[in-house]
Amino acid sequence: MKQKGWKDLPPGSVVLEGGSAVNFKTGSWRAYRPIWNKENCIQCLLCWIYCPDMAIKVKDGKRGEFDYDYCKGCGICALECPGKKGKNAIEMIEEGK
Amino acid sequence: MATGLTLKELSKKEDRFTHGHRMCSGCGAPTVVKMVLLATDYPVIASNATGCLEVSSCISEYTAWKIPWIHTAFENAAATISGVETMYRSLKKQGKIDKDIKFIAFGGDGGTYDIGFQSLSGAMERGHDMLYVCYDNGAYMNTGIQRSSATPLGADTTTCPAGDVIPGKLRSRKNLTKIMGAHNIPYAAQASPSHWMDLMKKVKKAHEFIGPKFMNILAPCNRGWRSQTNDSITLSKLAVNSCYWPLYEIEDGVTKITYTPKDKVPVADFMKPQGRFKHLFAPANEWLLKKVQEEVDKEWEKLKKQAECGC
Amino acid sequence: MAKIVAVTGNEAVANALRQASPDVCAIYPITPQTDMMQKYASFIANGKVSTEPILVESEHSSMSACIGASAAGGRVITATSSQGLALMWEMLHIASGDRLPIIMPVVNRALSAPLNIHGDHSDAMGARDTGWIQIWSENAQDAYDNTIQAFRIGEHMDIRLPVMVCLDGFIISHSIERMEYLEDAEVKNFVGEFKNFLPLLDLDKPKSYGPLILTDYYHEYKRAQHEVMTKVKNVVLDVAKDFEKMSGRKYGLFESYRLDDADIALVILNSAAGTSKDVIDSFRNKGIKAGLLKPRLFRPFPYEEVAEALKNTKAVCVMDRADSFGGYGPMFMEISSALYQLKEKPALINKIYGLGGRDYMPSHAELVLNELNEIASSGKIRIVKEYIGVRE
Ligand SMILES: Cc1ncc(C[n+]2csc(CCOP(=O)(O)OP(=O)(O)O)c2C)c(N)n1
Ligand code: SF4
Ligand code: SF4
Ligand code: SF4
Ligand SMILES: [Mg+2]
Repeated sequence: MKQKGWKDLPPGSVVLEGGSAVNFKTGSWRAYRPIWNKENCIQCLLCWIYCPDMAIKVKDGKRGEFDYDYCKGCGICALECPGKKGKNAIEMIEEGK
Repeated sequence: MATGLTLKELSKKEDRFTHGHRMCSGCGAPTVVKMVLLATDYPVIASNATGCLEVSSCISEYTAWKIPWIHTAFENAAATISGVETMYRSLKKQGKIDKDIKFIAFGGDGGTYDIGFQSLSGAMERGHDMLYVCYDNGAYMNTGIQRSSATPLGADTTTCPAGDVIPGKLRSRKNLTKIMGAHNIPYAAQASPSHWMDLMKKVKKAHEFIGPKFMNILAPCNRGWRSQTNDSITLSKLAVNSCYWPLYEIEDGVTKITYTPKDKVPVADFMKPQGRFKHLFAPANEWLLKKVQEEVDKEWEKLKKQAECGC
Repeated sequence: MAKIVAVTGNEAVANALRQASPDVCAIYPITPQTDMMQKYASFIANGKVSTEPILVESEHSSMSACIGASAAGGRVITATSSQGLALMWEMLHIASGDRLPIIMPVVNRALSAPLNIHGDHSDAMGARDTGWIQIWSENAQDAYDNTIQAFRIGEHMDIRLPVMVCLDGFIISHSIERMEYLEDAEVKNFVGEFKNFLPLLDLDKPKSYGPLILTDYYHEYKRAQHEVMTKVKNVVLDVAKDFEKMSGRKYGLFESYRLDDADIALVILNSAAGTSKDVIDSFRNKGIKAGLLKPRLFRPFPYEEVAEALKNTKAVCVMDRADSFGGYGPMFMEISSALYQLKEKPALINKIYGLGGRDYMPSHAELVLNELNEIASSGKIRIVKEYIGVRE
């Protein structure tokens, strides 16, 4: 991306677009990748509330896929997931494997 | 009051703190912010003290804040938001603004307990209609894990390192939540992201009072605590269940414990997984570990008495 | 219709502030500013102005709250002196970096240690690199007029910068002077409604103030800030022109007093300029072509114009009521920078006077003018920087 010159900067370094961090993808930070095993999911949404990176998509109150553009692979969701009958619905695997 | 406080309902709300922020993987602070904002059913404007949250959430043209947000410096998140709030009141009085807006200041423990203490105390005393949220990770993390007055007894930090002669921090934490309660503000509370419902109820409650409110929220930092990236929620649960971080509120001067652990666990359970306490598990430092437990017990008993007598 | 009054400098400035009807005002006491904001608080208490006060617990919070209030979107004022300004120092840079037009009278006072409550310019001179516009005032009338003009300058859409209006502690802040007030309606009309620019309170367009900006853009942001400062001079002159239309009083970037054909000249700020002018007159009566330049706009500094005004002189003394220990006085450094660009420059000396409120007497000006006269004829400078009015 071409960097702006000083004449094109917003006055006072104010960031004019709220939530523009969505343009900064953090998925590449991941060393481990969470995998969602739908069949073990009880839709409790604990993974969603505990995810520090808002990387679990939820639509109409239902959990969807991970948002790998932003997921940093911390593993909190996997650790906190109750799963079904003791069977975890999230598994962490090494990235790139 | 708890209406809408189901995860299902909450998940339908828009994130006002977005992904794309650059806090470390597994950091507790963004979860705290997300919960606070999810529990805020009003238009809201926030200020933020310099620190991990601030430097990672607004960099060049990337801001994770979908709400109006202002960072000015380290020690003055309270003073800064008090200015915003005063302008709001002025314009409202003049009929130039009609919306109801809430004001929140976020500061780390360094920016709140230490360098920002005066600014916080002043803003609370002045009675601004605002909520101050301290995300307490127990050290100056942004500058590399230096001791603050929120650093727990015995912890190893870069300025109170555990050495052969001195076993880490030898002073106990400042009890900021109680100090804020003593400001005779309508509401002060302590919360933990592990207990999300309790946390959000408190935020909702706080917003219903007009005047200054304070919340101290535990925010595990896997870098500074030298723990795992996946354990911020587990550790905050242990902090609560060991009564190291009791959940309570002080409403109009009356203390109420909002969660009593069924089985109080030893504080060592909370400390063991954290590298910053590793040295305390060496035989030579047993006395200090014991002291930590004694202090936690003493504080917990004091808190219970306070809650019992309704004072 | 102007109204003749006899008031202190502090009261005059408090009235100028009231007439601009700011939305928010941060208040914290420090001598010799204190009674300016006390006066202002009484205006609020008596319904003379609708400003919302913030009674802060320190000047650091005062400037922080002003920044928050100004970013929120509205007209904001505070006032301070000395230690208070020093405590604000960190935040002064943030106010200007964020481009917030906060208006702040600074009642000049010495800095500790030793503790001293009297007038000198150490406080504001120490803040000259903070990115604020600085306008200096000789007397209560100047301070009043400058304060009114400051709103127009700082809030100008091409500028949007904070402004300090400096006046001498006690000598001006506490002495009663005869001066003219403008009508409230005139000032209101002159200053105009506050125009919003990127207000935080605009919920529909959420903005973030105060990002982290590293090596990729910081330099560019500072370049942009410098650019704004280059536009200030013209705005100051335009505003002064409008002000003259309304008040009949003329202001420029600086005041030249009998300077046109002068061989020797003093450069001197604020109240001491008044004392010096009488001495200049007496030298003129003796047939010595003496003149005086009293800077008004100190930041940004009008280098070219000052050089132009002094270029035909033979010897100039820059009088500083502040010191940069180990360096020359702060005003001297500016004047020598200005003159350096000239092919033929006058001889230049620097006297430090009046620190901590030490009286500046006509005899001091006489001494300096006599020395300049000698330098002008001999071309020899005895010493560049020297304290005057000091006991050996
Ligand atoms: C006046 C001032 N002193 C020191 C600093 C350096 N500094 C920046 S952030 C920080 C630590 C912040 O600690 P805390 O408030 O606990 O937040 P955390 O980074 O732990 O989230 C320090 C010391 C500063 N920015 N300003
Ligand atoms: S691994 Fe961490 S960042 Fe990724 S979805 Fe799970 S909790 Fe979120
Ligand atoms: S925490 Fe586990 S069970 Fe609950 S919604 Fe997430 S994946 Fe499903
Ligand atoms: S250092 Fe700690 S507090 Fe800071 S971003 Fe990393 S995990 Fe969070
Ligand atoms: Mg911290």
